[in-house]
Amino acid sequence: MGQANPEGEKITRTIAVGAIARVEGEGALRVTVQDGIVQDVQLKIFEPPRFFEAFLQGRHYNDVPDIVARICGICPVAYQMSAVHALEQIFGLRVEGSLRDLRRLLYCGEWIESHALHVYMLQAPDFLGYDSAIAMAKDHAAIVTRGLRLKKAGNAIMTLLGGRSVHPVSVKVGGFSRVPSRQEVESLREELLWARDAAVETVHWIASFEFPDFAPDYIYVALRHPDEYPCNEGQIAASNGLQISVNEFEHHFAEHQVAYSYALHCSLQGSPYLVGPVARLSLNQDHLTPLARQVLVDLRIALPLRNPFHGIIARAVEILYALEESLRLIERYEPPPMAAAPVAVRPGIGMACTEAPRGILYHRYEVNGDGVIREAKIVPPTSQNQSRIEQDLRLFMPRLLPLPDYDVARECERVIRCYDPCISCATHFLNLEIKREGSA
Amino acid sequence: MNQAVSRAGQASKPKLGVFKFASCDGCQLSILNLEDDLLALGQALDIAYFPEASSDMKPGPYDIVLVEGSITTEEDTHRIRSVREQAKVLVTIGACATAGGIQALRNWADVEAFKQVVYPSPEYIHSLSSSTPISEHVHVDFELWGCPIDKGQLLRILTDVVAGIQPCLPTESVCMECKRRGTVCVLVAKAMPCLGPVTRAGCGAICPSMGRDCYGCFGPSEGSRAGPGFPPNTASLAKQFHSGLQLIPVEVLRRFRGVNGYAPSFREESNAWEKKT
Repeated sequence: MGQANPEGEKITRTIAVGAIARVEGEGALRVTVQDGIVQDVQLKIFEPPRFFEAFLQGRHYNDVPDIVARICGICPVAYQMSAVHALEQIFGLRVEGSLRDLRRLLYCGEWIESHALHVYMLQAPDFLGYDSAIAMAKDHAAIVTRGLRLKKAGNAIMTLLGGRSVHPVSVKVGGFSRVPSRQEVESLREELLWARDAAVETVHWIASFEFPDFAPDYIYVALRHPDEYPCNEGQIAASNGLQISVNEFEHHFAEHQVAYSYALHCSLQGSPYLVGPVARLSLNQDHLTPLARQVLVDLRIALPLRNPFHGIIARAVEILYALEESLRLIERYEPPPMAAAPVAVRPGIGMACTEAPRGILYHRYEVNGDGVIREAKIVPPTSQNQSRIEQDLRLFMPRLLPLPDYDVARECERVIRCYDPCISCATHFLNLEIKREGSA
Repeated sequence: MNQAVSRAGQASKPKLGVFKFASCDGCQLSILNLEDDLLALGQALDIAYFPEASSDMKPGPYDIVLVEGSITTEEDTHRIRSVREQAKVLVTIGACATAGGIQALRNWADVEAFKQVVYPSPEYIHSLSSSTPISEHVHVDFELWGCPIDKGQLLRILTDVVAGIQPCLPTESVCMECKRRGTVCVLVAKAMPCLGPVTRAGCGAICPSMGRDCYGCFGPSEGSRAGPGFPPNTASLAKQFHSGLQLIPVEVLRRFRGVNGYAPSFREESNAWEKKT
């Protein structure tokens, strides 16, 4: 589709691809190329805004886990976890012991479900040359079936602890509305043992893919915890040496708005940075479980990962990690004396950051003496990665320019999919528009 | 899979389209969560348009269209009409598409003020002042309630539509599911402000079985007194919350103003209590 630029002599070529598929949310990409040089890359997120931070004002703190879960059907537990931890900070409450373990187990379930969805259904079709996992199943039935069963194993954990996997109902400030018996938790073990083996096979399968050669210079940001792979707690660490408490997040990370997108962009002291599995794994390899560590050695996968296309490897390794960790938590589980610790409401401000499947998720709340929310602030992982995705597209684009527009569009979609962008957290179609100016 | 779908699949596969408006993607995920039946579904139906799952996007018309999400932008008011034109049968999936969703809380607020809370440059944001269900814009053939939908109900409705059977989903209250499950009533035994008596069955009474009060994910039930199509007796339950459980009016209001707060009977009840706050 070529057209003359009415403003001057420059030739502008515009390509609009109806939708970038296999992402969670609606957005568009606009690339401007002039005389063979990439001038501008804009990832536009036009998922309609839903104003969660606004309508949380005036709600009781008890309603918050149910409301914030609705920001994202793929990672509701992440929103619930950041919310309850921030609110517990206000009320001076620390959830320990078995209740802490159960929250970690629930979060492992979400990582397994969300990562298996992305690895098998959203990204693997790119590497094997299919439009979808369903199309892929015609030639690779056993692999797709394995992926679906892995995803189901994650959902089984969430369903046991939360009543259902999409928008679980049991998470509350202080703990849970109900905790499972030892026998119920035990019932997960057999399937998780199968899933652990399947996860090892998954990493081997993915390592056999062909990856484009690409290594941008990243600043990674993830939580760090002294004793464990990060999940619900820790300090915020960056590969540039930054290590801060969660309460200092807003001093170092700033959100700004751009005219072309409904998602706020986030930067670390003015620079784009990367959150999510690649960053988390690269900064926390010392806390991996034995099989996850072994598979990296066996496959000679060197950390830190530098290539965004290796995000799928990081996700598969984290599935394995989450399964080993789940089995460990199940092994030592003793039902807590109470399903939830009692809450003494007091006014204040609290913040928390937890590791959502797609990276750190920051929440801050201000509550009054009646337990009513006065102010809420939520910074999702995809808005943090947005500047980094644009930067990577800018860097990856030159090698694509000789290709016809259709192929450029497909390759850009592949790059965007590497980050598993959850555009509902921040959008659902990605329309791709490439503007070529100057000599075509 | 039901035999009817399999049979239909052998002749010419019905074309399925899945469209998204303002939502969290959770109901679309419920389709992918069909796990054990997903590949069979892919054989029985031609999944012609489902961007979240496939980059192969075939143009309409479609035999069955599933719509997730509510209408919140001017552009979407036009898009939903074009989706309707391409749909032989249009089914809304979930609380957003069926009742406006949690984002319908804006319908009681000043959206200009909302923009200022969330965005430093509110002038960039183009959004309607309301979040409305699909049925306020186009004809809807079937509504699937839930936040999220129940994947069993989804499979059921797809099977029925393909087989040409009039879908029939429960309209009774969650209480019936609690009784069948043998769950002790949390309203009576634990004095929790449970919405189960006025909420449509379909989830399997998850919340009471998890030791908490129902919060209305499946929207208002029907026919508690006068038969199908009639709203539940929200006034009686609200009165019980207030005088029995000692909830103050704003607390009663909040109970009804949740994920399905804009569904007519919940909306009217919360409006009634707004006057008392």
